[in-house]
Amino acid sequence: MLRFLTRRGLSAAFILLIVSAVTFFLFFAVPGDPARLACGKVCPPETLVQARHNLGLDQPIFVQFVEWVSGIFVGREYEGLGHCPAPCLGYSFVNQEPVFGTIVDRLPVTLSLTVGAAVVFLLFGVGTGIIAALNQGKPLDKIASVSSLIGASVQIYFIGTLAMYFLVFQWQVIERPRYVPLTEDPIGWAYGLLLPWIVLAIIFTANYTRMTRSTMVEQLSEDYVRTARAKGMSARTVVLRFALRGTLTPIATIFGIDLASLIGGAIITETTFSLQGIGRLSIQSVNNDDLPMLMATVLLAAAAIVVFNVIVDALYAVIDPRVRLS
Amino acid sequence: MTAVTITETGRGRRSDSFLSVQDLHVSFQTEDGVVKAVDGLSFEVEKGTTLGIVGESGSGKSVTNLTILGLHSSEQAEIRGEIWFEDQELVGASRGTLERLRGNRIAMIFQDPLTALSPFHTVGRQIGEVYRKHKGASKREARDRAVEMLERVGIPNARVRVDDYPHHFSGGMRQRVMIAMALVCDPALVIADEPTTALDVTVQAQILDLLKDLQDQMGTSIILITHDLGVVAQAAHNVLVMYAGRAAERGTVREVLGTPRHPYTWGLLSSAPRLGSSVDVPLKPVRGTPPSLLTPPPGCRFHPRCDYRNQVGPDLCSTELPELSPERGHGDACYLTLTQKQEIFTQLMEGR
Repeated sequence: MLRFLTRRGLSAAFILLIVSAVTFFLFFAVPGDPARLACGKVCPPETLVQARHNLGLDQPIFVQFVEWVSGIFVGREYEGLGHCPAPCLGYSFVNQEPVFGTIVDRLPVTLSLTVGAAVVFLLFGVGTGIIAALNQGKPLDKIASVSSLIGASVQIYFIGTLAMYFLVFQWQVIERPRYVPLTEDPIGWAYGLLLPWIVLAIIFTANYTRMTRSTMVEQLSEDYVRTARAKGMSARTVVLRFALRGTLTPIATIFGIDLASLIGGAIITETTFSLQGIGRLSIQSVNNDDLPMLMATVLLAAAAIVVFNVIVDALYAVIDPRVRLS
Repeated sequence: MTAVTITETGRGRRSDSFLSVQDLHVSFQTEDGVVKAVDGLSFEVEKGTTLGIVGESGSGKSVTNLTILGLHSSEQAEIRGEIWFEDQELVGASRGTLERLRGNRIAMIFQDPLTALSPFHTVGRQIGEVYRKHKGASKREARDRAVEMLERVGIPNARVRVDDYPHHFSGGMRQRVMIAMALVCDPALVIADEPTTALDVTVQAQILDLLKDLQDQMGTSIILITHDLGVVAQAAHNVLVMYAGRAAERGTVREVLGTPRHPYTWGLLSSAPRLGSSVDVPLKPVRGTPPSLLTPPPGCRFHPRCDYRNQVGPDLCSTELPELSPERGHGDACYLTLTQKQEIFTQLMEGR
């Protein structure tokens, strides 16, 4: 297991390096001068040169990239701006503050949104999938199939916008989504994010319902499930301990993908519900030519995908002992 | 012990054996129609004996035994008849009653131990959970019991192997685990559904010996489902030959294999290779194919494949359904006279 994790960790680091490099060099391929933005509206040429120098933009691109990477591990000194401790993702070109601080500020919003929604749609999807499988061919199964198909066919900017328009503005049954830190007010936290969670759940539940249903139907006809019944295990035990266990592997697979794509795709969700998370931050940084901020958000999304992949691979071994390396 | 004194209970119990199946019908609704998998089957098992049930695939062997355990869902299967086990009628029994019997008083050993054991749980846990469920044992006790059972079925180093998963075991060892699991609560009846089919011949013999030893020690009754007459000869006391969901012949092993009376049993015997016979004489399979259970042939289910139906008289075999006769002892469901049966069988054996 340790060897597995080391190997996966190394390849993850390599992937992240490639992603960073591509983003970095692409940024400079796009026209624009970040120093002019940093310098402000009235910008004398000498201030511009100074700003360029302070941000390190007067150095060759390759050197800039190396400095950026090394900053993450050992921190960086900025002339005129001061020390940026490790992990230093650079100073924002726009507000002249360390990027890391802004990310730390914004990340809880995105994480609350994503993880909360993920818990809701995982439980709800698997639950309805089990119910559908146990009632195979009956009305309950058909309702679950049809409604999950409808859910899977809508997009967040469609159903999310509708939900905002009707539930929040027209009928006012729920307040505008907002972020309250979990540590301050847990109930307010859940209430503020309830609407986005529900909307995300509607869209993502479908996959879990369908996947759970079809795998569960298969598992229920497996010999070992019959053995469990022949041993006198109760129907509940048979379903939850035996049949569900065999259903978890494909669910873990899609869950890993969904969780990563939720964090990566936070742009749309956060824009729809006007929440100030990493997604909004990344759009703003593109619009502002704010390279360090953009790099940080891209790196974060990539890291989420890579990390969840490793976690899912490790989960396979936890779920199914046959996958374990001995 | 007091089997003789048991008289009429409930719907009326006709026999005083330990397991008694009376006029059992099991049919399944399918898209093509109603499949009559078991169609009027009666048999009995005595305490401490082994009943071998033989027949081709689809003859209703497994369906019958899954019915005893109540493992067919009531939505798919229609079940009529009576199954009496230790004074309890099982066909109409509640789910709770059946759950308390399963694994506890009646246990099942399945054909393929690789698929029949859960790949996700250690063997110790799979054996122990039966014991916990039915005997209310603690985790610790259940684990100790699992080790004891693994030792009893001859798994070396049981104390360590109890924490292994099924895929760590070889085929024969896995079947031993399955047997340990079936016997953990000292059941009165063990149903072994082709327990040796997935195993090679040497392991097969070991497993059969093991079952026999355990039966001698604990007085368990066994129903041994198989299509292998060799297994029956080796391990059973009584035999029931099934054909198309009905009993074709019933008796002791000596009676049924020594002086078989039903043309189908003859067919089974002549299609099995014998060590002493010449290799030049081809094996003689039973002519034709098993009947469709959707539309079984009228009359005797076997008559379309039977070579002797003309000796019975006009149309009797194709119109009237024969019942097992006589009702006790060596019985068969065939209209040939006893003398005819003896003559034909003697001729058949001379030809080999």
